[in-house]
Amino acid sequence: MLEFYLNGTPIRMDDVEPDLTVLELLRERQHLCGTKEGCASGDCGACTVVVGEVDGGSLKYRAINSCIAFAGSLQGRHLVTVEGLADGETLHPVQQALVDGHGSQCGFCTQGIVMSLFCWQLNGTDRLSAQEALAGNLCRCTGYRPILDAATMLARQAPALPAWSGSPDMMACLAAMPNDVIPAETSGYRRPEDLTSLRAAMKDWPDAHVVAGATDLGLERTQALKRLPKLIDLSRVAELAAIEEGDGYLEVGAAVVYSRLQPYLKTHFPVFAALLSRLGSEQIRQRGTLGGNLGTASPIGDTLPVLLALDAQLCLLGPDAERGMPVSDFFLGYRKTALQAGEIVARIRLPFLAPQRVCKVYKVSKRWEDDISAVLGAFSFSFEAGCFRDVRLAFGGMAATPVLAPAVAAELEGRSQDAIDWSRVEASLAASFQPMSDVRASAGYRLKVAANLLRRAVVETVQPDTATRIFDHA
Amino acid sequence: MRKLVDLPAGAVQAPVAPVLGNDRRHDSAHKHVAGSALYIDDIPETAGMLHVACGKSTQAHAHILSMDLDAVRAHPGVVDIICATDVPGQLDIGPVFPGDPMLANGVVEFVGQPIFAVAATSLRAAREAVRLARIDYEPLPAVLDIEAAMAADSFVRPLHRQVRGDVAAALAEAPHRLSGEQRVGGQEHFYLEGQACIATPSEDGGVFVRTSSQHPTEVQKLVAEVLGVPITEVQVEVRRMGGAFGGKETQAAPLACIAAVLARRTGKSVKYRMPRADDMVMTGKRHDFHNRYEVGFDDDGRLWGADIELCGRCGYSPDLSDAVVDRAMFHADNAYFLDQARVVGHRCKTHTVSNTAFRGFGGPQGMMIIEQAMDDIARYLGKDPLDVRKGNLYRPGQDVTHYGQKIEQHVLPALIDQLEVSADYRQRRESVRAFNAANPILKKGLSLTPVKFGISYTVKHLNQAGALVHIYTDGSIHLNHGGTEMGQGLFVKVSQVVADVFQIDPRWIRVSATRTDKVPNTSPTAASAGSDLNGMAAFNACMTLRQRLVDFACETYGLEPSQVVFSKGRVLLGEREVDWAELIQEAYRGRVSLSATGHYATPRIHYDRTTGTGHPFFYFAHGAACSEVLVDTLTGEYRVLRVDILHDVGRSLNPAIDIGQIEGGFIQGMGWLTTEELVWDADGRLLSNSPANYKIPSVGDTPPDFRVALLAEHPNHETTIYRSKAVGEPPFMLAISVWSALRDAVASLTGYRYCPPLDTPATPERVLWAVEAAQQSQKEAIDADLPVV
Repeated sequence: MLEFYLNGTPIRMDDVEPDLTVLELLRERQHLCGTKEGCASGDCGACTVVVGEVDGGSLKYRAINSCIAFAGSLQGRHLVTVEGLADGETLHPVQQALVDGHGSQCGFCTQGIVMSLFCWQLNGTDRLSAQEALAGNLCRCTGYRPILDAATMLARQAPALPAWSGSPDMMACLAAMPNDVIPAETSGYRRPEDLTSLRAAMKDWPDAHVVAGATDLGLERTQALKRLPKLIDLSRVAELAAIEEGDGYLEVGAAVVYSRLQPYLKTHFPVFAALLSRLGSEQIRQRGTLGGNLGTASPIGDTLPVLLALDAQLCLLGPDAERGMPVSDFFLGYRKTALQAGEIVARIRLPFLAPQRVCKVYKVSKRWEDDISAVLGAFSFSFEAGCFRDVRLAFGGMAATPVLAPAVAAELEGRSQDAIDWSRVEASLAASFQPMSDVRASAGYRLKVAANLLRRAVVETVQPDTATRIFDHA
Repeated sequence: MRKLVDLPAGAVQAPVAPVLGNDRRHDSAHKHVAGSALYIDDIPETAGMLHVACGKSTQAHAHILSMDLDAVRAHPGVVDIICATDVPGQLDIGPVFPGDPMLANGVVEFVGQPIFAVAATSLRAAREAVRLARIDYEPLPAVLDIEAAMAADSFVRPLHRQVRGDVAAALAEAPHRLSGEQRVGGQEHFYLEGQACIATPSEDGGVFVRTSSQHPTEVQKLVAEVLGVPITEVQVEVRRMGGAFGGKETQAAPLACIAAVLARRTGKSVKYRMPRADDMVMTGKRHDFHNRYEVGFDDDGRLWGADIELCGRCGYSPDLSDAVVDRAMFHADNAYFLDQARVVGHRCKTHTVSNTAFRGFGGPQGMMIIEQAMDDIARYLGKDPLDVRKGNLYRPGQDVTHYGQKIEQHVLPALIDQLEVSADYRQRRESVRAFNAANPILKKGLSLTPVKFGISYTVKHLNQAGALVHIYTDGSIHLNHGGTEMGQGLFVKVSQVVADVFQIDPRWIRVSATRTDKVPNTSPTAASAGSDLNGMAAFNACMTLRQRLVDFACETYGLEPSQVVFSKGRVLLGEREVDWAELIQEAYRGRVSLSATGHYATPRIHYDRTTGTGHPFFYFAHGAACSEVLVDTLTGEYRVLRVDILHDVGRSLNPAIDIGQIEGGFIQGMGWLTTEELVWDADGRLLSNSPANYKIPSVGDTPPDFRVALLAEHPNHETTIYRSKAVGEPPFMLAISVWSALRDAVASLTGYRYCPPLDTPATPERVLWAVEAAQQSQKEAIDADLPVV
């Protein structure tokens, strides 16, 4: 039994397969076809819906990609779709702004854009820019100008709440809905609330897929057509959802979604926060987690070189015990990690940078927004008396795993800008890495850019007045 | 009907403003934002509907030795399987020339070619099932790119030449001579709605097909051929497409044919919707080109002659490639008088998916080579590229193209002058130079490039259209025409035309889905010609109806035709004035036919392929864009900072719709030239097969400063509808200014005396290699103690 609210109306559904996506649920089971499938991989935003969750006595709404979210994640939540905004023939102001501004042409992406703008306006337009809110919504017709103009207009208005927002019972009903969904012997979707029940679930179902945001696993289902009969959802495990600003560190639960992490990073690690604004899209950042990025262990996972450069410490949770590990010991090979069977990442501890430490993070991709890195460089070092010291260099996209480059760092260690021999740096990079030539970049480009990102870091440190960024941020 | 509807007193169906030239909203805008606009996959499914997936070739070129489909057949949910031999009628569904089997017949010619089709009770079951096939191949040699095709004389069609004068002599005599080459990448359409159709069996052995296609008539004809039934047994409906861009001109038909065969066999409605992953691999794309030029010119940069070779990759079959490469040839001059000229176009056959129509239809690829030549001449002579471009524009006395068409309306000289001022080109040129002198790492580039784009299908018989208009007895109007709505605003534009004829509010006009049983024998909605053709056909239908109403009024009320005036929802009948609907009711009672068809055929056009000369285009649409970019010389990353566009749409039917086409076309063109990279591996597999690795522009790529204006007071010199001009494709090529600006930024590294080639898409990687080449060339110049500017 799956229980949730849909556009203000309670819904109970039987016979929901654990790996049914929210988009399939809407289009095939609820026959609500306003929400579209553009790619079924979380890249285009045509399927954007808004999901509300009881949090601290109110409903917090976020825009997500319904195509790669599992239906079970809706349990106890309020799903809002494009059909839920208008009041009869009277359009919601977000919809009307797009009509007035000629913001739709073919219309296929439009409802996704409506939902992204609706959520953006609902949560306060000062939280992120219209551009950030829309970076995960591809439009092939308009060139975006009329959509941005509509957003500019909406930013000046107070958000309008649809009719369902006044429903007094909805929050209480949502809060009362049980957490474990579709429980069964052979297949099911479980969403434990604490570590004890998580451990019990994992012992029950040693063959289950453990999932946080499903921004990667969802594609296994929609693209690789895998069947995922048993899913354990980490998103409500309290211990994994905590953020602690400790003495000298920030500790992040593995299931904390990026958008929740972002303000903490802005305070403590602004360059990491700037990178995060280019990781996936708003819809992805509302679901994706550091734990997921680590567990997937992709060589092009955006956050991983940063964790390496910052010397993050991981806490791994096993069936019976926890253990700590520096992130640099975590990646064993292509998508292979030090996690043992039944073990998950529980927390990530990021030590604060000492005052003299500089951290630089650079992502290079074909497209600025919502693209996967060709090369990602994350560097930390001290700059004292004109020399680089304690240099720690991490790269993504250069090897089978995100990786530190101590030999390259040695070429900078203790040197001033003038003393750096760039031919030796390049030779050291070439000796350290044999990157791939693939759809994103050639090996030669990766090597060249890796060296040039170091040049950029040096110039920015030594000659801060030299312009080096084509964008103001990240 | 015994009794007519009661008309409310004073029911004036008046337009609130002049209907033509008005920013009327897209007729589906409300439904788009409400999520209530129906696309194929949104149509409620009938009980028992089946879903299709195809088993695809894993080989670029191979004999199929054997197929074991037992596991496919046994998969739960599978109802039917068809192979090439199960097609009851004709297997080949090539749109112009043969070469496209509906399902591969013994031989496969690209990775992703459909070999067999499965109908199952769910799409998931069908997709899972096709993966269970075991197919044995005997690989054959595969030709995978243009160079290999040229080396192997592998072509889908013979080459075509356009020759004027003696180009060899002109090149020999010219004071200066330059040559160059470029590789221009292809492009995935990435319409947000993937290919989709539903075929429902009819009671007479045919099918009813609802499809997302730009060309319902061709779908109808091909489905009839594969079923082996008369065309009239197949009817096709297209309500709207979620984007098309040329990608649904021929590419929708194979799905409809497969679904139709399965629908006839199973007796069920059959839906074939391609998931994105299949769509990107199985359907054709924009042709990539390998182009070469050799030009002779004088000290002012004026061309004396141009020798241009264009090689387009057509893929495994002809599809529309003959016309695509022709159009590339017709646009190898872009806006410039080539003088003595030879343009040769090769149609290369490769074992890759068959490339097809895509906004611009070869025109953009042809223009790229002459725009590269313009920049190269400017660097060579040390001139501003804008001055070289302006010096070569067609103008009176230099007004005949290399294919013999006389340019009769000279729009560009004045248009460019106007844009040069409004974009502040000269001042910004100085600012860019100053910025570049002051910044060692970041470099700016600036470029202003023109577009001249020929309007008409180069296949003459396609230049016709039909419309059907019914007036009902409450005054409301049902409009149907052969054009399809893919987001471009065709329906609202044509309804504005109809509203203008009768002077009523367009809200009283309903444009219905395009249907082959309402208007037959239509052309694809393509070549930017939708409003020109269908607007005129609807206009002609309305004029027939209007004439009947005038004749009726004159006869009934004893008036002269000049005394019958349609105005603001009312009709003046001499001294009397009635509501529009009142006149309609009176005409109905007077037994006047209130339904009419209209037809239109574009005049004047002809082209003789044997001589390579003619007047293939009714007229030209023009525009120019000025783009400024910022380039990071350490990574090759860049950003488009500002774009100014001035575009010629004649007298606009709907300025808001036209501006939407210009902005959208520009951004799509920018994507083609910058981030959209198609990558194949050595076995002919498409690696850029999803939006995760094929990057169309996203919102942040829109220039922060984006100024678009329509050229005022330049009505079309030809008698098009309202003297408007086509707008769908021409703005796409305005994006060449972005590529040229990137080259300008790179050229700053050599003191603007040399720019290395920059193939497209100009990804950060290609820009970085151009930067490196420029720095290397500058270093060599310094080492050799050559004069460095």
